[in-house]
Amino acid sequence: MENLIDIRDLRKHFGSLVAVDGVSLTIQRGEVLGFLGPNGAGKSTTMKMITGFMAPTGGAVTVCGHDVAGAPLAAKKCIGYLPEGAPAYGEMTPASFLNFIADIRGLKGQHKASRIREVVEKINLGGVLQQSIETLSKGFKRRVGFAQAILHDPQVLILDEPTDGLDPNQKHEVRALIKEMAPTKAIIISTHILEEVDAVCTRAAIIARGRLLFLGTPAELEAKSAWHNAVCLSVASEQAATIAAALSTVTGVARVERKPPHAGQQQITVLARDGARVFEPVQALVRQHGWQVDELYVESGHLDEVFRSITTTAGDLGEVAHS
Amino acid sequence: MNRTLTIFQREFRGYFATPVAYVFIVIFLFLTGLFTFYIGSFYERGQADLEPFFRYHPWLYMLLIPAISMRLWSEERKSGTLELLMTLPISLFEAVIGKFLAAWAFTAIALALTFPVWLSVNYLGQPDNTIIAAGYLGSLFMAGGFLAIGSCISALTSNQVVAFVISFVICFAFNLSGFPVVMDFFRGWAPPFIVEVIGSFSFLTHFNSIQKGVIDLRDIIFFVSLIAFWLYANMLAIEAKKSN
Repeated sequence: MENLIDIRDLRKHFGSLVAVDGVSLTIQRGEVLGFLGPNGAGKSTTMKMITGFMAPTGGAVTVCGHDVAGAPLAAKKCIGYLPEGAPAYGEMTPASFLNFIADIRGLKGQHKASRIREVVEKINLGGVLQQSIETLSKGFKRRVGFAQAILHDPQVLILDEPTDGLDPNQKHEVRALIKEMAPTKAIIISTHILEEVDAVCTRAAIIARGRLLFLGTPAELEAKSAWHNAVCLSVASEQAATIAAALSTVTGVARVERKPPHAGQQQITVLARDGARVFEPVQALVRQHGWQVDELYVESGHLDEVFRSITTTAGDLGEVAHS
Repeated sequence: MNRTLTIFQREFRGYFATPVAYVFIVIFLFLTGLFTFYIGSFYERGQADLEPFFRYHPWLYMLLIPAISMRLWSEERKSGTLELLMTLPISLFEAVIGKFLAAWAFTAIALALTFPVWLSVNYLGQPDNTIIAAGYLGSLFMAGGFLAIGSCISALTSNQVVAFVISFVICFAFNLSGFPVVMDFFRGWAPPFIVEVIGSFSFLTHFNSIQKGVIDLRDIIFFVSLIAFWLYANMLAIEAKKSN
């Protein structure tokens, strides 16, 4: 696999504030990296440095083999970038705006016309092509920004919060588009929506206070959850106490939690120690005692809980947890 | 070169996509007419020249050019399109030049639309048209100087009103710098050559000699180097601001 994006020890200081503090990453063709982090974590700043908008205080970025600082024009040619908030010239129409971007990008003649046509079709902009951008809805504005980013069919795509402010259908469309383009490109998307990581990303990076705190697949991220491989059962509430007590003795179980009863039913969650498989022993115990169980399933993990624990203990953790 | 042209076209069309262009042109034409015929006593002087027309250009530009230049970069910064523009494969130089030339071309159009004044004077008498041509040329270069100042200032702020006011004050200072009141202020304590230098920055002095028909290369060089200086400062301003 070829590395399309290579980030080495990237740093950015604003006065005494350290926005990005030694981030190193490589992204290969075919990968979609989800950039996660709380607001102000340094996601956007990192993206601004990758795309050559901001000069880093230290470190370097190489895109498609071009050093962003040394050969900015060559690097920028390979990048499609959707900045945060999808800025566009409000007084222009999507048609004239895309035409402008195509001209700047050096697309010409037949090729230019066909690229604009393809992108307009793919992004579904046909209906609003002649309307000024400032009068468009948020969803359409975002699509115009997206269209602009993919117009030249770039090898590297950097999308800063591409689904922010979109309705669930639009989010689904954008994710489908990203997935469709993924095999031929290296894509970075930033988001604070965790479900997005599961939906489109092949890798996730968590950044907080400018530091890279986790880098791995979404499955590895889920595995860090205390709920990873936990077993949930729904039982009659009068039996719940005895069942919970019995379950806590199963080997590999860290603890057993009970939710407040609801309509005569109570949910019990059996948390596994270090993500061990406890489903089989729990199932065996249920059979053995002949308990009446309405639901029985395995949790894959709570991403938001992992996210919270990683980003809030950032100060103590400090170092990168490479998986 | 092509990319500069693309930037130029987008920017230039941008003026006409909003009422800015029409408002500016109408007010510019109205005010030049007012100054020429009433305050400048065009008829009463009984001379076939456009001196009363050109005489007020520095003052008109001082007020109107910042209104054109204020949006050049402030708007890009405010709407976030600066980030879009600066991540396209285009150099900062190309962007600054393209936008500046668009604004300059626009003022050239406004200036060209004053042609009825020229027709009038030719109808009423036999003016020396080479002097008038020199006046137009000088006026255009002076407009370029004011625009370069305004463009640089608008790169420093995302607020168009702030850009307007600061550009206005700087343009005012450049107009006034040859006046006795300014010169006297410096003469009291500054060494003579400083006073000399400040005086030589006056737009009025350089413009006056051109509009009298004396096209001195030094006056042209003054305006060209002034434009170059402010546009270079413009580039530095964008470079510095986008890292914040």
